[in-house]
Amino acid sequence: MMMMGGGRRPGGPGGRPGGPFMGLGTPVERSKDFRGTLRKLVARLRPERLLLVLIVVLGSASVGLNVIGPRLAGNAMNVIFDGAIGRNLPAGVPKAVVIDQLRARGQTQLADMLAATNAVPGAGIDFGALGGILLIAVFVYAFASLFAWGQAYLMAGVAQRTVFGLRRDVEEKLGRLPLRYFDSHAHGDLLSRVTNDVDNIATTLQQGLSQLLTSFLTVIGVLGMMLWISPLLAVISLLTIPLSLVVTVVIARRSQKQFIAQWAETGALNGHVDQMHSGHALVQIFGRRASAIQQFNDQNERLYHASFRAQFLSGIIQPAMFFLSNLNYVGVAVIGGFRVASGAMSLGDVTAFIAYSRQFTMPLTQIAAQMNLLQSGLASAERVFEFLEAPEETPDRVPAVLPPVIAGHVQFEQVSFRYLADTPLIEDFSLDVRSGETVAIVGPTGAGKTTMVNLLMRFYDIDDGAIRLDGVETRELPRDAVRRAFGMVLQDSWLFAGTIRDNIAYGKEGATMDDVVAAATAAHVDPFVRTLPEGYDTVLDEDATNISAGQKQLITIARAFLANPGILILDEATSNVDTRTEVLIQQAMARLRHGRTSFVIAHRLSTIRNADEIVVMDKGRIVEQGSHAALLERHGFYRDLYESQFAEEVGAETLALEA
Amino acid sequence: MLIKLLRRVLRPYAPLVTTVTILLLIQSIANLYLPNLNADIINNGIAKGDTDYIWRTGAVMLGVTLVLGALAVIGVYFASRVSMGAGRDIRAAVFAQVQSFSAREMNRFGTASLITRNTNDVQQVQLFLQLALTIMVSAPILAIGGVIMAVREDATLSWLLVVVVPLMAGVIGILLMRGVPLFRQVQVKIDRITQVLREQITGVRVVRAFIRGRSERDRFEVANADLTATSLNVNRVFASAFPALLLIMNLSTVAVLWFGGHLVDSGDMPIGNLTAFLQYIMQILFAVMTAVFMVILVPRAEASAQRIIEVLETESSIAEPVEPVEPARATGLISFDDVSFAYPHGERPVLHGLSFQVEPGRTTAIIGGTGSGKSTLVNLITRGFDVTSGSVQVDGIDVRKQSLERLWSRMALVPQTAYLFKGSVAQNLRFGNPDATDAELWSALEVAQARDFVAQMTGELEAPIDQGGTNVSGGQRQRLAIARAIVKRPSIYLFDDCFSALDAGTDARLRKALKAETGDATVLIVAQRVSTILHADHIVVLDEGRIVGNGAHAELMRSSAEYREIVESQLGVAAA
Repeated sequence: MMMMGGGRRPGGPGGRPGGPFMGLGTPVERSKDFRGTLRKLVARLRPERLLLVLIVVLGSASVGLNVIGPRLAGNAMNVIFDGAIGRNLPAGVPKAVVIDQLRARGQTQLADMLAATNAVPGAGIDFGALGGILLIAVFVYAFASLFAWGQAYLMAGVAQRTVFGLRRDVEEKLGRLPLRYFDSHAHGDLLSRVTNDVDNIATTLQQGLSQLLTSFLTVIGVLGMMLWISPLLAVISLLTIPLSLVVTVVIARRSQKQFIAQWAETGALNGHVDQMHSGHALVQIFGRRASAIQQFNDQNERLYHASFRAQFLSGIIQPAMFFLSNLNYVGVAVIGGFRVASGAMSLGDVTAFIAYSRQFTMPLTQIAAQMNLLQSGLASAERVFEFLEAPEETPDRVPAVLPPVIAGHVQFEQVSFRYLADTPLIEDFSLDVRSGETVAIVGPTGAGKTTMVNLLMRFYDIDDGAIRLDGVETRELPRDAVRRAFGMVLQDSWLFAGTIRDNIAYGKEGATMDDVVAAATAAHVDPFVRTLPEGYDTVLDEDATNISAGQKQLITIARAFLANPGILILDEATSNVDTRTEVLIQQAMARLRHGRTSFVIAHRLSTIRNADEIVVMDKGRIVEQGSHAALLERHGFYRDLYESQFAEEVGAETLALEA
Repeated sequence: MLIKLLRRVLRPYAPLVTTVTILLLIQSIANLYLPNLNADIINNGIAKGDTDYIWRTGAVMLGVTLVLGALAVIGVYFASRVSMGAGRDIRAAVFAQVQSFSAREMNRFGTASLITRNTNDVQQVQLFLQLALTIMVSAPILAIGGVIMAVREDATLSWLLVVVVPLMAGVIGILLMRGVPLFRQVQVKIDRITQVLREQITGVRVVRAFIRGRSERDRFEVANADLTATSLNVNRVFASAFPALLLIMNLSTVAVLWFGGHLVDSGDMPIGNLTAFLQYIMQILFAVMTAVFMVILVPRAEASAQRIIEVLETESSIAEPVEPVEPARATGLISFDDVSFAYPHGERPVLHGLSFQVEPGRTTAIIGGTGSGKSTLVNLITRGFDVTSGSVQVDGIDVRKQSLERLWSRMALVPQTAYLFKGSVAQNLRFGNPDATDAELWSALEVAQARDFVAQMTGELEAPIDQGGTNVSGGQRQRLAIARAIVKRPSIYLFDDCFSALDAGTDARLRKALKAETGDATVLIVAQRVSTILHADHIVVLDEGRIVGNGAHAELMRSSAEYREIVESQLGVAAA
């Protein structure tokens, strides 16, 4: 069952580490064409452009309001400060008089500071003014959050709808790609593009874009406010930015190297684990347990050293940033203190400034993390777009019409075909198969017997000549019409995760339960299905050990019965089927073949001898064709093959006959 | 489970963990001291116009900051040592445990799952530990410290904390309760999408042959719409999280200013303390937020820890005997004595009362259909499984009484699916016999009918082999695996249905050459193809776990109906 394959992913480094703390340090795969891919991704967002404009507006409004907040708090602080100072001054005396008195007493600093305030001697805090400011602050904050929520809410819709469309396009693309594409690309890589990469794009759209915008706007807004409040303090704060950039770059560059080493060591260790676990029995029986553990420990130790260095170095970034931010805090507190004391600044402005400078560093580090996320998202997008742009099957021509009942007359007329343009494979092949005849395709393993299947089913198109079905050239027919004429039972009996009933019903759209049971009975499936506790509703999944390989093949035969095709393509089972089931399969196949034109990839002497025509293949090419007797007489490849492959069985026959 | 695993692996690191915790504690206290100093600057410096005081306190603040930075770096150093060291130890423990497993445990877990448990799962736990030791531990300290300092700063205003912190915890709690189950659902739905797409890719020929593109598209559309709806839900839940928390924090500041203003006005609170209080409350709320977002990581690490513990707590079913018995003579004789075997949860026994002998110097073949118990039988000899009743003896002693390494040193196995290791051809061949000479390797290749194709590979014996042997064909892989067994020069050869990938001609030549090579050794061949075993000295026919024939071909054709049926089905009815 093919769905069992490919279940294991290569043991690469584990999932993407999450969280804003992890953004730095992890090596990021970069796209080859950053701009081009970004443009394509943006193009996909076009249908959402009105909403995106709204999102940007909401985001800007939210950031703007959030930036105003600390300023309002600062103003409130000033009102409180004024009241606190004024309360301690004698009532009824004008402020100017108090200041003069202070100067006369030599308390010039206090006098300067007082001069800068709006304190009214004797009056306490102006709660009317304070309440007014705070009420505005409440509204500002409430709307800031409301807009931020609206922005994120809408963005979720935009991102999910876009990814939904992308996934749908990817799936539809799978349906339009030629078989050649599937055969020439590793299935694991293909699957990863259509699943992991698409998920990665989803994450980028959801988290990356709007946050990048918010962070960017915040940096600008906060910087503006800081400059407005105090250019001097702003310069001090700005000094820490290049400093922190330098520190980050220096540390990150070193830790990046260690991270690369860590992933390399992880890969090596995973490779070793994979091999030793996969070859477990061999390791034990060939006496390699001790050396396997020794090698693992060495590799594990190397990984430990690399990952320790990587973690430590990248771990320093956070405290270093924290240290710089604290340094900035001390600077602002001290210098701001002087400015307030000298009356050049109000206390509220200093507290507001401290709040702003704290807000300043966070979006900066976030931008770095989000850029990394964007990079990795674009690398994924590039792979997905590459897939979406792969050349598709040539469209069906203006359809010719096939008689409703297929007689099963198949003609190959001077057919030529090659997988690679410079490697000739099938040249000038002609064969006339009349209705009801059986053609055996034989040859050693890897002789390219499936090429015949590929051409008959139009999985691949021939380069020259013609294949006719009841006289109509198959290239003139829609592909679906050609395929409807054929029934196919292959050795790797592809079943999907679902019930036995659904798997059989796959043969014909809209099949009823009666149809399914009838087909199952004809294919000897019915008796063993009835022994299963769930019967036809038994779910076949990756762990389905309840049915054997032979039984799976019987199910695919039942599927072909249900499809009731005019022409059959059969692949005889070679191994992994027990004797009794084998007999059942042969009987079922014989019944299926009855009265139908059949192409059989034959492994069994009896099938070959009874075939009307034998096509002998070797190294991908058709080397001989003719009847069994004629081919034997020719003393060519077939005779050699026959003697080497079946001589023993012939010997066995003699032996058996003697017995 | 996570706690259990961490308790187990962190034991040797206890002093380091304590150091990290103390360092974080000092850091947090120092961190909380900063707003206090700032308040002093305002109260004693600014309000009184004392510039000297501002300078002095500023210098203290700088000193505190420096100490903080140094402590943090040292903390990260120890935390990295602990988390990466613990990761290394868990990996080593899991690997060693798996090495002790028998086929039974390997089957139970599955190779792929064991690889994930040994690598990715450990990585998850390691990552969690690193974050725990750097961020998670300090969050509660900061929060609790913040509360203490805030109360110290002004007890009357602290009632605000009693309102705000539970409010915040409530919002986060609702978020987690709604969000986490949705996250799980998203994962399940992503898996579903992957499954549908995988089936479409691997089964592309079938989908097209049966013209089911449309129904496949419908199936996918349903899964896609389902995933999109759930993802949208999750993201909308989380879209409200950040604005809500931000709002709570911002409104707290407004409240502090309003109520604090009253306290300042009545003279109950110096104004510097008000600014300090503002900063403490921010600190506390930030700490609560970080702690909670870290908690999201717990379920993932917990699941990984669970999977690791499962491996570590699984005892191998093939225990090494306490007092191994050394056979008196290495005869190479294998005897099955009334052997029955049933899988742990199997309803029916796989093998029923088998008694037969595999003698040295002869070729014994086992034939039977799938499910007849052939491969199980081989596993009983190698101790992949142990018998349920009866006894399997090698060299006259029950395999369960022998030392494992000694038992395994006697035999070579060619498994059903050939597996080669990454490395050169020579490294693979020397797997069981590191000292074999090149000449020995070539002669083994000759016997295995592999000489020609190895000679044609670039580098010959040094030609590279990919992991699993994927760069050679199935038949070549099988022949290299056979050569590998020959290089070991064992007394007992076990061929587990390994001739199936060979065409009949190669199969015949190989068996002929093998016959000459194995000499006095014991040879056991398991097969499904009659032609492979036709000429064996001794054939045992298995059907549904019972012996239904025992003898040479000619004899079996007369005596065993089942054997005749097998021959008929494979060689044609006419043959019989």
